[in-house]
Formats: sequence, structure tokens, C-alpha cells
Amino acid sequence: MNVLFLGATRGMGRALARQMAARGDQLYLLGRDEDQLARSAADLAARGKAGAPGVGMCDLGDPTTFEPAIAEASAALGGLDCVVVTAGLFGTQDALEDDLDRAYTLLQVNFAGTVVFCEHARRALMAKGGGTLCVFSSVAGDRGRKPVGIYGASKAGLSAYLEALDHRYRADGLVTVCVKPGFVKTGMTAGLKPPPFAGEPEPVARRVLKAIDRGTPMIYAPFMWRWVMFVIKLLPRFVMRKVGF
Amino acid sequence: MTDQAHIEGWGRIPGPGVERFGENLDRLSEQPTLFRGLGRSYGDSSLPAASKPDVVNTTLADRVLAWDADTGVLRAEAGLSLYTMNRVFLPQGWFTPVSPGTQFVTLGGMVASDVHGKNHHVAGCFGQHVRALRMRVADGRVLEVTPTQHEDLFWATVGGMGWTGAILEVEVQLRAVSSPWIHQTTERVDNLADLVARLKEVSREWPMTMSWIDCLKRGKHMGRGIVYYGDWAKAEDAPAKFPPWSREITMPIDAPSWALNPLSMGLFNFGVYNSHVPKTKSGLVSPETFYYPLDMVRRWNRAYGLAGFTQYQCVIPDTAGIAAVVRFMEALTATGAASFLCVMKDCGPQGQGLLSFPMPGTSIAVDIPVKKDTAAIVAKLNALVIGVGGRIYLTKDRFTTPADFRAMEPRLDAFLEVRHRWDPERRFRSAQSVRMLGDPDLPGAA
Ligand SMILES: Cc1cc2nc3c(=O)[nH]c(=O)nc-3n(C[C@H](O)[C@H](O)[C@H](O)COP(=O)(O)OP(=O)(O)OC[C@H]3O[C@@H](n4cnc5c(N)ncnc54)[C@H](O)[C@@H]3O)c2cc1C
Ligand SMILES: NC(=O)c1ccc[n+]([C@@H]2O[C@H](COP(=O)([O-])OP(=O)(O)OC[C@H]3O[C@@H](n4cnc5c(N)ncnc54)[C@H](OP(=O)(O)O)[C@@H]3O)[C@@H](O)[C@H]2O)c1
Repeated sequence: MNVLFLGATRGMGRALARQMAARGDQLYLLGRDEDQLARSAADLAARGKAGAPGVGMCDLGDPTTFEPAIAEASAALGGLDCVVVTAGLFGTQDALEDDLDRAYTLLQVNFAGTVVFCEHARRALMAKGGGTLCVFSSVAGDRGRKPVGIYGASKAGLSAYLEALDHRYRADGLVTVCVKPGFVKTGMTAGLKPPPFAGEPEPVARRVLKAIDRGTPMIYAPFMWRWVMFVIKLLPRFVMRKVGF
Repeated sequence: MTDQAHIEGWGRIPGPGVERFGENLDRLSEQPTLFRGLGRSYGDSSLPAASKPDVVNTTLADRVLAWDADTGVLRAEAGLSLYTMNRVFLPQGWFTPVSPGTQFVTLGGMVASDVHGKNHHVAGCFGQHVRALRMRVADGRVLEVTPTQHEDLFWATVGGMGWTGAILEVEVQLRAVSSPWIHQTTERVDNLADLVARLKEVSREWPMTMSWIDCLKRGKHMGRGIVYYGDWAKAEDAPAKFPPWSREITMPIDAPSWALNPLSMGLFNFGVYNSHVPKTKSGLVSPETFYYPLDMVRRWNRAYGLAGFTQYQCVIPDTAGIAAVVRFMEALTATGAASFLCVMKDCGPQGQGLLSFPMPGTSIAVDIPVKKDTAAIVAKLNALVIGVGGRIYLTKDRFTTPADFRAMEPRLDAFLEVRHRWDPERRFRSAQSVRMLGDPDLPGAA
């Protein structure tokens, strides 16, 4: 499978890209830091079966980079079967309320940037008759909650977009996979106190890979968060105002 | 109990500290800060000084940066674990040149402790096989440090417990193996003197050796145990299939303080020793069975309960003779402090790392559950070790006094001189360097 990957340099993206490389998928990495991309490409070459992935520059904060990056990747790979987006930003609600420039950047990257990137990716995939688009949203988008108001809003928008894509284009061959991670221990969440059911990147990546292979439109990872969110979605407003999560 | 404000080593005695995680070690080391890996050192080696409570955890920096499958030269970020190296490179016919008794260690930790393994008598320590380090030093520079470039810093960092700078990348020569299987022989020996002699004998013929000793047994069977030795199996003798990786289980909770008592530990040892029939066994085993039996139970350190434990590891030099080993074991058994795990190993020549642990002699390692008298017991054992010109292993230690350390370490001044050259303000310091080297630890100290 030829995979275009945005976000493989760190966290869950790193873990997922390694599993793909290990089973022989051809990867092409996009990102915003040349040095980090080169390091990740070397890592995947050593661990993988398919040689060194190509790399290209693409910043979710800069929409002018999207189309050329995707075109170049597609040409280098000889066509795309799958596009994965794990890239994203996080900030605690307190930090974002204190720094509205940072909040604006996060909303821009996680929502507007990601959606427009996906539109370009969708066109590239559908031009070849279809393929899989796997994008990381979050459980934070499932319900407006005190500790993740702004970040959660960016992911709520993204989840809604991804669901609509699935409804609109599945019949035409575009398979959309929306991943909603719960708390996973990566650099993004280091420094936060892990709640019960915190996950690790490798098992999450295994679950996501299965969902990609099967074309599951939406998954929670780790699995337990499906039930956690099920309960949280049922809680009445007066309870949500009281509790800390 | 590793939470926001406390960190612990493998022996589970906590100290104040806050871990900082990240993939980019260059960025995380902009301010000189102690580094730690997987925290498998037992005592306070990987704990920060109380006045500088930040410590960088390297485990997210785990990328392979260069790999040459023809020559076996590997370059990687310092947080790459041996666990991953085994899974990626053993199927390609390459293994770490030196392996400790657990694969849950990082490259940086293996260099900083200059670890030794079952092949010490033929391969030396890990540092012997390191070709280059990329380091952050105290003045803020990032340097390529090799046995020929900044040579003094290189050999002070190998075995230097993180006190000379932060290791960002490691380049090491892996060793080619003839197959991924190990041909192992184990022999039961029923007393200490015979066991030490047998260990020396097999070490002359076999590249990988060690022994397990029942150090609870007194009288004429004192020091009875099992000698293990082996080598990588030749390709033609090995099964065609790759040995299966074992599935680990996790010790789910802390054992209550009474769980490990003389009776339960004695029963365990009795079981291990007496189930070893016939007297000599041979066969092909997986590298995990041979090297990492303890890794089968994740977090087995919980077996010692919340009070924690320490490991006492020393080397008794060959110059003192087998009699000195017997005397040491007698003293150890007499303290009644030892638990079931006691490992004995024959060490080869001393390496070039200025504070590397091994020297020609017999290394003895034993777990000691922490009680009120633990410091006194360590002091007593240290006195014996100093008396015969031996030394202890820093990466296991928590209780040795600065005076004892100085008495057993004639190389200390040479090390301190190099450290002073590279880090005059001793900015890279740990709880252990405060305790052992008298590093400043006043609140607000730079
Ligand atoms: C079950 C078990 C068996 C063992 N068997 C053996 C054995 O057979 N032989 C042997 O030699 N050892 C053995 N050890 C000890 C272990 O190999 C060492 O303590 C090793 O250093 C642990 O690696 P780590 O990544 O966990 O390092 P940590 O414990 O996190 O750190 C150890 C030291 O290295 C320093 N350090 C770590 N990373 C860096 C870096 N990137 N830059 C600078 N300094 C750094 C730390 O500051 C600290 O002083 C064993 C330990 C266990 C738990
Ligand atoms: N971890 C969790 O608990 C959790 C929970 C729910 C949802 N999620 C979501 O899951 C995804 C992955 O999370 P993670 O924890 O693996 O994150 P991470 O470790 O912080 O990695 C984030 C990745 O995104 C890339 N990135 C960030 N901003 C970018 C930009 N403007 N342009 C291009 N790339 C950019 C980073 O690249 P650089 O190397 O260049 O920085 C990095 O590869 C994210 O979308 C996150 O929101 C995570």
C-alpha cells in the first residue's frame, strides 16, 4: 500500500508509520521540519521492508503548501492508496485562554488547515478511483467539556467534517476513517496526569491499522474510551457543570 | 510511586523530581540537565539533585538514525531501548555487543553505566564497542565525542553516570551472530568454592557465562548454585525458525511487606536448585530465555513491596583469591539480609571507562530488601570489599558513603579532573553525585 503520512515524526503517528513500514507499506512523509523528517525517514528505513520513505515539506498552518506537497508525493509513490493525518496541536484550556494567539493557531491548524488538507487529499485519492483517508480527531470533540473547550471545539468540527465525507463519498470509493483517541501517553500529553484507561501509542497504532485495513468509518482508541464517552455523552448538563472532566 | 513530584529507580526508593519528556533531546538539553532512560538503575543514579529537580526522560527519543546491515554499525537516539534493538536487528543477524540482564534499558543508560554482560571476560563492557557519542556539554555546545576526538570526555562519559554531559546519540558496533538461538548448558554445583572454581573454568572455554547462587543456605552447602554457560548456536545446528518472543505478564500490585520472608525465599531457592535435574543440562534456548529471564514478569520490583530494595553488587579481585570470595559470601549470608536473587559472574580485564565497574575478579550481585539496618549492612560489606581492593557498581548503589567510595576508587581523582575540565560548575549532577561526590545541592544553586 502506498501511504502519504502527515505527522509521522512523533507520537502515535511515529508508532503507526513504524508498523506500516514493518509490514512493507511504501511511505512518503510530510511535515514542517526538514531535520525531523530526515531522522524519521532513516528510522523507518532501518525498521521497514520498503527502503527509505521520501519526504516533503508541508505545514498545516500554511495552506499554500498542501497541493504541491501532495502532488509531489503522489508522483514519487506512483499513486496514493492511503493518506494518514495524525498531525495536530494541543493546549490545555487554561493555557489557551491565557494566550489567544496560540488558541487561534491551534484552531487554524486542527480545523481549517486539516479540513483543507483533507480536501486536497480527497481529490488526489478520488482522481485514481478512491482510497482511504485516515484522520486523527479526538474524544475531546464528542462533548463540550471544561478542560478541553477550545481544543475540543477544533476536534468536534473535524469529526463532523469526517463523518460527512464518509456519508458523501463512500459510494464513490473514498473510505474515511476517523480516529478518536482517548488519553494516550505521547509528547503531547507529557506533563498531564494520566487518567484511568490512558493508552500507549503502539497498541493504539495496531488498532488504527486494523481499522484502515477494514475501512471502519470511526473508532475509539484505546477501545475502553468508547464506553467512557458513551457515559459522558449521557450525562445531563447540570452534572457536566459540576464535574471536573 | 513515580508521580508528578517524585521519581524512583528500580529499587523503588523515591526522591523528589519531575520528569520532562520529549522527542527532541537537543532542545530538552539546552539547559544542562540530568538525563535518564528507562530507570533500571536501582538506586539514586537516575534521580535529580533536590535543588535541580528536573530530569529529562529520553525514552521518546528512540529513532534509528543510521543502520548498515552489512557492517552492523548502528547510530541511534539515546532513548532507543535494547528491547527494540533486539526485535529489529536480531532477525537481521545482529545483536548488542554486550547485554545486561534486562532488555528494558536505553542506549544512553548502557553507555552511562558502561554495562557488562555474560560475555564480559571476552568482550569487555558496552563502551568498548561504542564508536561515537553526540553529547551536550555544560557550556552549551553539542559535540561529536569519540575515542579519538575529545578522548578524555569519551572515557569519562563511558561509565560516568551522566555526570559529564547529556548523551544525545550513540553509535555502536553490533556483533554478528551465527543464528538467533543460543546453545546453553547449566550445571548444578553443591558448594561455593567448587562453584567459583567451575565458573572460572567454563569462562576459559565459553564466551557467555554466569551463575546463580542460593545465598540463604548456610553450612557445607553454602553457596550452592547453578552455573550457566553457552554460545550462539551455529547456523547448521539451529532450528530454521526464529525463536518466539515471549509474552510478558505484569506484576499487578505491590506485594505486602511480609510476602518475602526467609521461609518463602528459602522455598524459592530450594525449588530452583532441586528442580535442576539431572546435574547437567544442555540445549538450545532463545536469547530471551538465556539473557532476560527476569523480564518475563514486568515490574517484578513490586515483589519487594513499598519499602523497596537495593542491589549490592561488588567485584572481588582475582588477586585476593577464591578464599576472599568465600569470606565475602560467609559475611553476606551471616547478615541474613540477602534475598533469593544472587548472581555471580567472572569478570575480565578492566576497561578504559574511568569509572567502569568491572575488574578481573568475581562479581557478586544480591538484592537486599530495605530495612532499618540496610545502610549498616552495606557499610559492613563495603569494608570487606575495600579490604581486598574491590569495588561496588554505582548503577546499583543507594547506600555507600562518600568515604567508602573514595577508598575503593583510586581512579576517582582522574575522573574528577576530566569532569572539572568539562563541567566546572558541576551542572550535570544527580542525587547520587550529591551523595557520593559532594556536589552542591543548596536551593537556588546554579
Ligand atoms: C533486572 C536487571 C538486570 C540488570 N543486569 C545488569 C547486568 O547484567 N549488567 C549491568 O551492567 N547492568 C545490569 N543492570 C543495570 C542496568 O543495566 C543499568 O542500570 C542501566 O544503566 C539502566 O539503563 P536505563 O536506560 O534504565 O538507565 P537509567 O537507570 O535511567 O539511568 C542510569 C544512569 O545513566 C544515566 N543516563 C541515562 N541515559 C543517559 C543519557 N542519555 N545521557 C547521559 N546519562 C544518561 C543516568 O543519569 C543514570 O546515572 C540490570 C538492571 C536490572 C533492573
Ligand atoms: N495524545 C493524546 O492523548 C491524544 C488524544 C486525543 C487526540 N489526539 C490527537 O491525535 C493526533 C496525534 O497525537 P499525538 O499525541 O501523537 O501528537 P504529538 O506526539 O504531539 O505529534 C504531533 C504531530 O503533529 C505534527 N504537527 C504539529 N503541528 C503541525 C503542523 N502545523 N504542520 C504539520 N505537522 C504538524 C508534529 O510534527 P513536528 O515533529 O514537526 O512537530 C507531530 O508529528 C493529534 O491530532 C492529536 O490531537 C491525541
